[in-house]
Amino acid sequence: MSENKVRVFLVDDHHLFLSGVRAELGDSVEVVGDADEVGAAIELIAERVPDVVLVDVHMPDGGGQAVIEAIGAIHPEVRFLALSVSDAAEDVIGVIRAGARGYVTKTISGPELTEAVERVADGDAVFSPRLAGFVLDAFAADPGAAGGAVPSFDPELDQLTPREREVLRLIARGYAYKEVARELAISVKTVESHVSAVLRKLQLSSRHQLTRWATERRLL
Amino acid sequence: MTPRNTPSPHSASGLSLVVGPALAWDHRFIPEHAEPVDPTVSYPPPPAHPPGPEPAQPRHRAWWRAARTRGPLRRSTTDRMGGGVAGGLSARFGIDANLIRFAFILVAVGAGTGLAAYVVAWLVIPAEGSTTSIGRRALADRRTVGLALAFVTGLVAVLLVLGAIGLSFAANLVWPVSIAVGGLVLVWRGSDAEERAHLSELLGRAPLIGSSEHHTRRANTVRVLLGLALVVIGLCVLVASSHPTLATLRTVIAANVAIVGFLVVFGPWWLRLARDLAVERRERVRSEERAHMAASVHDSVLQTLALIQRAAGDQGEVTRLARAQERELRAWLFEGRSPGSFTGEVSTVSQAVSVIEGEVEAAHRVAVESVTVGDCDLTTELRALLGAGREATVNAAKWSGAPSVSFFVEVEPGQVSVFVRDRGRGFDPDAVGTDRRGIAESISARVARHGGRAIIRSAPGQGTEVELVMPRTGAVRERK
Repeated sequence: MSENKVRVFLVDDHHLFLSGVRAELGDSVEVVGDADEVGAAIELIAERVPDVVLVDVHMPDGGGQAVIEAIGAIHPEVRFLALSVSDAAEDVIGVIRAGARGYVTKTISGPELTEAVERVADGDAVFSPRLAGFVLDAFAADPGAAGGAVPSFDPELDQLTPREREVLRLIARGYAYKEVARELAISVKTVESHVSAVLRKLQLSSRHQLTRWATERRLL
Repeated sequence: MTPRNTPSPHSASGLSLVVGPALAWDHRFIPEHAEPVDPTVSYPPPPAHPPGPEPAQPRHRAWWRAARTRGPLRRSTTDRMGGGVAGGLSARFGIDANLIRFAFILVAVGAGTGLAAYVVAWLVIPAEGSTTSIGRRALADRRTVGLALAFVTGLVAVLLVLGAIGLSFAANLVWPVSIAVGGLVLVWRGSDAEERAHLSELLGRAPLIGSSEHHTRRANTVRVLLGLALVVIGLCVLVASSHPTLATLRTVIAANVAIVGFLVVFGPWWLRLARDLAVERRERVRSEERAHMAASVHDSVLQTLALIQRAAGDQGEVTRLARAQERELRAWLFEGRSPGSFTGEVSTVSQAVSVIEGEVEAAHRVAVESVTVGDCDLTTELRALLGAGREATVNAAKWSGAPSVSFFVEVEPGQVSVFVRDRGRGFDPDAVGTDRRGIAESISARVARHGGRAIIRSAPGQGTEVELVMPRTGAVRERK
């Protein structure tokens, strides 16, 4: 991690924000380029193949989701961390299901962002407290409570294990991975693997509730 | 790819243009041009019809001929008055489209069979550039079939009743008209977007129900005359009929016919009035919304931007303003709460959480990261719980020195829990000053009074976490 700097690409349609993120990331990572629109982003990312792409959720022409889907088809090894000002459940779930390895809000501090980028580069998932809250909400413990029992197609994917639930709850409470590990007396690596498992479920679950729930949240 | 027909000739539509905007059904009442062309002869299409590969020689065509196209029989989409059946037949068999139309009309006026045949042809002949007919599409939908059957049954019943009470002319019309009406229902439900748009336009041009912009003076005259005719017929039946069964009913029937006549004359005017009113109301609502939006944006976003410009040097202040504005805007856009209405009706846990987040951030210049899982209505107990949570948040903001506080609320079926956490300086719970103990006790006591519990975890340099749990009353009651 320290000898090889993570190669990062930035995609955001706000120039102010692009330069802000560049400044915040500083020397800890190598920024290999940036783009302010979807088309240019896809082209440049395909050409430079960075380790991690920091991508804004909201952009014209399909937003971050379009970039993630286009690159995912040709360079599955490129990892995405979504950045957004919006905490709308629909956006968050949408971008994660498109293939992002994590989601953080733009109010995140510089060191935290760097940590998140490195974590994503290592193949782990990054959950902001709010994303953890969304997942807990969407995978409610009692599916019967929210609008009738929907049959699970794949219990493996459609439910969280009690341990995953504990981990998510701590993240939602504002615990860093290290703190979660200490609290549950497990290693950071185990915390990371739990979160990655949740990410996988979030991306692959065929749960009806997930989309329906996200849409309902939007309509509140 | 569907077989491509050569574009329909426009020589035939030239004639229909002369007829102008008047409608197919206007022609049905013109009893001239007795041309012995029976449409049932040309339908269904003879499968082995000689292709007739005569290269187009449009100049020597007889007046009743039209340009023909090869390929299967299709309804025309360019030369059409109703469903394009006549246009299609014309293109396929080289007979002028208007002649075919007249033939249909004549047979329709005769015993109604022309109408039925036309509708059936509409149903079974696919449109140009398509291979599936409307009928096949419509019959695939059970609701459409049900609807058509309902219409037909109702109509048959009405016509049979009319026949039974002596209006014998109705008896001949029962089957053709029923088939036609049922078929039209299928056509309407089964037609694709393009054809439906055409049908709507057709309806809009119809003299009796058209919208105002399509009303010509002629159509109005036709409508008024038709209405008056119905009134007169009603009166004539009233006076002239001597049928015994009818004698008792004739007053009712005649009155009904007169009412229908009245509706035909004045109905469109009422309809137009209602439609105009609805349009106007929609417009007004829209412009009110715009005005409201502009006012809200001015009151919140623009004011905040102005404040930020003035406080550009003070980074903490700018951050605070921006966060407060961001939260307010988000509440407005995604949760539908107007800016400034935070103190208004707070009825659910998640609303209360964002109120607390906003107030604490504004008052103490720290970022409050709130996460709510699940939601429910506020009860007295939950108000107490969140009040205590707010105390804990304020406490963390005041004493911890941390730049941000996490505020997590989870609503579960049996209980609601609140976690307030900071990464600040923390303290030793066993050796705290009386002032803080007082606050801690006020938090604990407040929750305990309503049957909940509070746990405070802290250590110097480790930050503080306050855990508050309140059982839900509904759940308690269920357990009893």
